[in-house]
This record gives sequence, C-alpha cells and structure tokens, in this order.
Amino acid sequence: MSVEFSQKTLHEFEGLLDRYPTRKAASIPTLFLAQRDFGYISNEVIEYVSGLLDLTVAETNNIVSFYSMFYREKMGKHVIQVCHTLSCSLLGAANIVDHLKSKLGISPGETTLDNQFSLLKVECLGACGTAPAMRINDDYYESLTLDKIDKLIDRLAVKSVNNPSAEGPVQ
Amino acid sequence: MNNKIIMKNMEQPGYTGSLKDYEAEGGYSALKKALGEMSQDAIIEEVKKSGLRGRGGAGFPTGMKWSFVPKDTPKARYLINNADESEPGTFKDRAIMIRDPHLTLEGQIISSYVIKCNVSYIYIRGEFYREAEILERAIKEAENAGYLGDNILGSGFDHRIYVHRGAGAYICGEETGLIESLEGKRGWPRIKPPFPALEGAFGCPTVVNNTETLANIPFIINNGYAAFASIGVERGTGTKVYCISGHVKKPGLYEFPMGITLKELIYDCADGIRDDNNLKAVIPGGASMPVLTPGEIDVKMDFDSLAKIGSHLGSAGIIVMDDKTCMVDACLNLSKFYAHESCGQCTPCREGMGWMKSILDRIEHGQGEPDDIDLLLEITNNIEGRTICAFGEAGAWPVRAFVTKFRSEFEEHVKQKKCVLAA
Repeated sequence: MSVEFSQKTLHEFEGLLDRYPTRKAASIPTLFLAQRDFGYISNEVIEYVSGLLDLTVAETNNIVSFYSMFYREKMGKHVIQVCHTLSCSLLGAANIVDHLKSKLGISPGETTLDNQFSLLKVECLGACGTAPAMRINDDYYESLTLDKIDKLIDRLAVKSVNNPSAEGPVQ
Repeated sequence: MNNKIIMKNMEQPGYTGSLKDYEAEGGYSALKKALGEMSQDAIIEEVKKSGLRGRGGAGFPTGMKWSFVPKDTPKARYLINNADESEPGTFKDRAIMIRDPHLTLEGQIISSYVIKCNVSYIYIRGEFYREAEILERAIKEAENAGYLGDNILGSGFDHRIYVHRGAGAYICGEETGLIESLEGKRGWPRIKPPFPALEGAFGCPTVVNNTETLANIPFIINNGYAAFASIGVERGTGTKVYCISGHVKKPGLYEFPMGITLKELIYDCADGIRDDNNLKAVIPGGASMPVLTPGEIDVKMDFDSLAKIGSHLGSAGIIVMDDKTCMVDACLNLSKFYAHESCGQCTPCREGMGWMKSILDRIEHGQGEPDDIDLLLEITNNIEGRTICAFGEAGAWPVRAFVTKFRSEFEEHVKQKKCVLAA
C-alpha cells in the first residue's frame, strides 16, 4: 500500500490548515482523513502524516496513542462498537455483546476472518436515553434488541457478499 | 409547560431544525438585536443578571466567565462550544445539535461578539460524526444568510465557526484538556493558573462554554434577564434539560424549570420504574456525581439543593437503578469507565482508578476481603483533591457514595463470597 493522499484528499487537507493558527492543530482531523483513506493508522501513515504537518514521528505517535478512535491495526469493513457503560449496561449491553460474539464467532477486539466485521466494547456513547446503543462505523443504532441486531448484521453481511468493494476504503 | 427555552422549537411537530424553520420561530432575532443595539458590556451585564450558570457540569456563572477575558489585548481571542458530551448519563447536547443546531450557533455567534472573537470552534466528540455533519450544514446556511462571515448584518463584526471533532477521550470535555486537544495534542488538562480566559487556546484568551449554555443566550437577549431569572430558583435560574436513563418506563429528555424534584422527574415525567419494580438508587447529575437513595429523591434538581445533600447537579444526567441492580456491579461498571478514561498525568488518578477497579472486580466476583471496603474509601480520599483536574473527584465520588450508602451490600458480597444479586 502506498501511503500518500490522493489529490482530492490533499485538497481537503489544505482546507483543514485554513481553520487553525497552527499546523499541529490539524493533526486530529488529518489523522481521520488518513484512517478513512488507508483503513487504519500504520507506522507508514504516522510517518506520512508527520511529514505533512511538520511533526516528529514521536509527536504524531503521542497523539494517535491517546485517542481510542484511531485504529493501529487493520479493522473489518464494519466496525461494531457496543457501548457498555452504566445506562446501556443496565438495559442489557452484556447480552448484546454475548449475542454478537456468538453470531460473529469473535471476541471484542477481534475481526472476522473474512474481514467483514470487527467487534469492540466502547465507553459511553452519549445515547443513554435510547440505551442500549452501539455504533457501526460512523452511524448510531439505538434502542437495540437482539432481533434488531440480527436484521442489521444480516443486511450488512448480504451487502458485503453482493458488492464487496462498495463500502471499502477509498483508494 | 410553555416556558421552555431549549426544547421549545424542537418539540413542535414538523420542526426540522433548518434555518428556515428556525427563523420562522424568531431565530436570529437575538443576533440582530445584540449586534445592532447592544454593546459588549451591556450583553455581559444582561447575562450576569440573568443568573445563567454553565450547563456542562461545573455551573460556573457564564457572564462572569466572559468578563475575565481582557478587554484590550493585541492577541486573538477564541471561543469554544464544548460539545464533547461524554459524561455517562448525559445526552442533551446531542439532541440540540441534531434537532435545533441554529439555537446553539446563534448563542455562539453572540457570545463570540461579546468577547470580540473572530474565530470560534465547536469541539464535538469524535463519535458524533453525523451530528458534526449537521452542524457543518447549519454553519453553511448561516453563512449564506449573512449570520456568519465578514461584516455580519452590517455590524462590522467578522466571525467564522469551525467544527473540530475529537477522537475518543472523555477527558477532552474538561476545558483545558479540550484546549490541548484542539491544539493537536493529547488531551492532558493544564495546571491552572493561567486560566483559559487569559491564556487558553493557542496562547490566547479563550472562553469554553457548553452547547446547552450557549443555546440559552438567544432567549436572554430576546426577552431580557428578568424573564430568564424569573424561571427556576435562586442561584439556579432558567430551565434545565434533564436526561433520564436506566430503569424507567419513559427514558428521555425533559426540560423543566430548575428546582423540579427528582421524584417528579422519575415518576411523573419518566413514568416510574420499569416492570413496576422498586427504585434502589439514582445518580442525579451524570456518572461522576454521588448516587442517591430512594429516601433522598424529594430533592430539588438545582445546584444548591443537590449540593446540600452531598451530591451535585452536574450535567443533569439522571441514571435510575431498580431493586434488581447490584450496587457493587454498578460501581464496578463506573470504575472501569474512569480507569479507562484517566489521562494518566497524575499518579493518584492513574494508579488509583485502576486499583479501585480491581478491588471492586474481586468483591463482585466473590474474592473480596473484609478490609477491601475500607481500602476503597481510603483510596478515594487519596485521589480527591490530589490531581490537576476534577477528573480525580469525578472518579472518586461515585465509589465513595456507592460504598457508603450501600455498605451492607458490599459486606454481603465479601461475606458470602459471591454476588448476592446474581440471577
């Protein structure tokens, strides 16, 4: 994988720089662009982003390692993030995690062999009034039931089989 | 109730939160009034006299916060709308952003005018990706209508708003951690002083206001301080958007004048406990605030009334637990959260949160020792007041309150060497 932004992404990156008085302030949004385009934040990505922002590799590493939304390894196409903090826990988050574990055959922190799904347990998503809640990639799914989850996962799995590249990372 | 401020528009049938809908409800008239007729000092006075206090958790008087920004500084000034809503049990700012984004934007533009700031940010938690998109669209609408950009409404005031997404870190809701994060660093809270009003983002005077706080500003400008101050209670003026979650029949957001009782919120608004179980415990102000027992729910939900009984209003995130809930398990759940979210700067917090988590874990799983319960209390004492930011208290208070108020349940776990409520 060659680690370099496309012209289009470079244009987005330049737009980010206009928003802040320092280059460094653009680091988090730039890392989000990188994760969107390259799938995860590899060592090569850290070097590339450091070059763009005039940061040392150590400085960029320092940022990446602090924030839970930056992935340091390849993730599945659909990253399922199940909230397990108190309000969701009171309304059955543990059942949801168990259900997904057996449905997908993986434990939290793992990715299915076909790279379709990753499962993560995450802290409070701020959707407590519609608990239990989870995210898949950038979308929230709330007031969950096991039945709702089955339908959702089955739909995503079918979509992936029919059109494996439709939602993949933009190259 | 007809004196709603925050949810007045969004609860109307068919209201979409578009600029058109917002203007039809009188939206941006406060901005016109502020920029056209009012001096900065007059607005600060108005907001001070309204009694408005921050809605993010700390309850600091908003007008006073603004007044700390130096009037004649050659430096740029920044305002940040704190939309990093991450306190467990809290989900009000997200609703404002989704359902009435212009309400907080209008407040943000007026507040920026007050401190003479030409660029402000919305620091939104990274998970709120769609919410950030909604805000970006609303900003575009406001720019096209001349409410943002150069020479707003012919006033000579220039202003731009940028949305900045965090990337998953509770501590970035703390205002100096937020500022560090905005600057592109780890969200490590700063030692104060200097306070952000003198030296905040990028070394410049900075004000950080919560999304709901800013959403109150248009009402105060439109109706005057007295209209706002007449709602609620003394030292707790205006309304509050209360967030109710957990074991209630109708969880959700309920806006009421400050001072409604917790009992009314649980039984009248949220329709009581699910499955007609009994109430066992309730957290009144987001996970960090000390838990209350059923005997304490007559408390009024305002800053002073809750402080008087040893808890706090915080973010008004109310988490209700029924009598089937294990208090050790609930406490363990929160201690896991705080152990995970400690930024790691201060030793008492970094080590203490993890230590409490492992003690609670062994008590819940039948391996607790009799001394563990007092050890937990001792650790909370060694964290509280010994950290750079209030996260130390945020993680210590819940453990202390659960252990103190439900001590016999902790003791039973140790004695019976198992969870006494496990099914």
